[in-house]
Amino acid sequence: MRVMYSAKVMEHFKNPRNMGEIPDADGVGTVGNPVCGDMMTIYIKVKDDRITDIKFKTFGCGAAIATSSMITELAKGKTLEEGLKISRKNVADSLDGLPPIKMHCSNLAADGLHAAIEDYLKKKGGGKG
Amino acid sequence: MSSRRVYLDHGSSNPVDPRVLEAMTPYLREHYGNPSSSHSLGQEAQQVLEESRKKVAALINAKPTEIVFTSGATESINMAIKGIARRNKSKGDHIIHSAIEHMAVINTCKYLAREGFRVTSIPVDRAGIVDLDILRKEVQDKAIIASVMYANGEIGTIEPIRKVAEIVHEAGALLHVDAVAAAWQVPIDVKRDDIDFLSLSSNDLYGPKGVGALYIKEGIRIEPMIHGGGQERGLRSGTENIPSIVGMAKAAEIAKAEMETEAARLVSFRDRLINDVLATIKESYLDGHRTQRLPNNANLRFSYIEGESLILSLDMEGIQVSSASACTSKTLEPSHVLLAIGLKHEEAHGALAFTFGRENTREDVDYVLSVIPSIVKRLRMISPLTPKELLS
Repeated sequence: MRVMYSAKVMEHFKNPRNMGEIPDADGVGTVGNPVCGDMMTIYIKVKDDRITDIKFKTFGCGAAIATSSMITELAKGKTLEEGLKISRKNVADSLDGLPPIKMHCSNLAADGLHAAIEDYLKKKGGGKG
Repeated sequence: MSSRRVYLDHGSSNPVDPRVLEAMTPYLREHYGNPSSSHSLGQEAQQVLEESRKKVAALINAKPTEIVFTSGATESINMAIKGIARRNKSKGDHIIHSAIEHMAVINTCKYLAREGFRVTSIPVDRAGIVDLDILRKEVQDKAIIASVMYANGEIGTIEPIRKVAEIVHEAGALLHVDAVAAAWQVPIDVKRDDIDFLSLSSNDLYGPKGVGALYIKEGIRIEPMIHGGGQERGLRSGTENIPSIVGMAKAAEIAKAEMETEAARLVSFRDRLINDVLATIKESYLDGHRTQRLPNNANLRFSYIEGESLILSLDMEGIQVSSASACTSKTLEPSHVLLAIGLKHEEAHGALAFTFGRENTREDVDYVLSVIPSIVKRLRMISPLTPKELLS
């Protein structure tokens, strides 16, 4: 291991923000899988195209948990369009960087957010369309 | 961070015993002679080299002339397997190893496969015991050497080495035994167990790093790997690392003298940790053999959570352990040992190896038992895999 996480990663790992589920979520995105060692589910509530609430649950290493926590902070209050623009790099930068080996395998949070937004858009399109 | 520190990763690295350091120091300072020199400083070094050889030999009931000092167990393993494969090429082309060998064995064999040797990995059962029937069948197919470890440092399982030796010798092959994890806590006797090659590491005996030994049974000839000034009877050239060899010898002497009482102490810590965790934490499991087990090893697994986040959480409480999770490895693959005993990838991610050592106390076990349940609970709360009923 000895990958040496930033203090910010460790802080989010210790005190993850917005951890939990939203039972009546408007969009849910699950990415990764337990076989690989990282899996996360992002739940969002949406009002007027804006993410009003967001929560996560994550199985994985320290980086997986910290990036999940960070994406909820970055996405909360943003419009869906802004949410879709949050990249893996934005998440890693906001955590003062991630060890190179963790950049692709455990940095799934942006994908999780995008999956949740797409789920919401699909449901909305299907429901009203 | 916790102010308390409990180091439970003795399978990865050991401190140097203060008595060992004391024994070494004169050889770093005033007694720095080269054993090949004819003057008194050199002859003094030669003498202490041979005394050290005796002490290391005594740990495993070998003759001093059967011990070759190396730079560590990885070199010993390479020397034995490559050395005999190249020497005995005309007698066969087949090399055998158990599926749970250290990477030093597995990758040495893989390398020899590129030189044209056939390599067969022998499966183990759910407890990590090598399949003796498959071993018997494979070793009879022109095998030169079989490598089966004395005990596995990760899951703690002790192999039935005497039976393994019988089977290997019946087929006319030789047996190499990696005894790194076992040598300081289990009495080893190369005569009783009929072992041909045995690899040792100094650091695992509480000696310095960068030194080890290979036992080669009298009469067996191998091809040397390192050529030069002909030290170690031509088997391992290079000026002898006297301070470290003295340290390893002192460590071997202490290990032998204290083994019985130390093993009993470690078994009591190990069993208390295992029994308490299994009784108090739902869906926790012990891997490896329940009784044929290294005194210092508890390999515990917790479903729905991942090993690295467990390690980080324990580290924040001052407890240091090892994980075989993919996230903690360089290859991003979970441990081949855990996969070999039949764990699924997602199960292997949550396994931790607690390995006790000389400086641990009963209070350390109490402390670990006081913090594990809440750490497991917290990570299970965060995990989307945890069934709701487990959290209530």
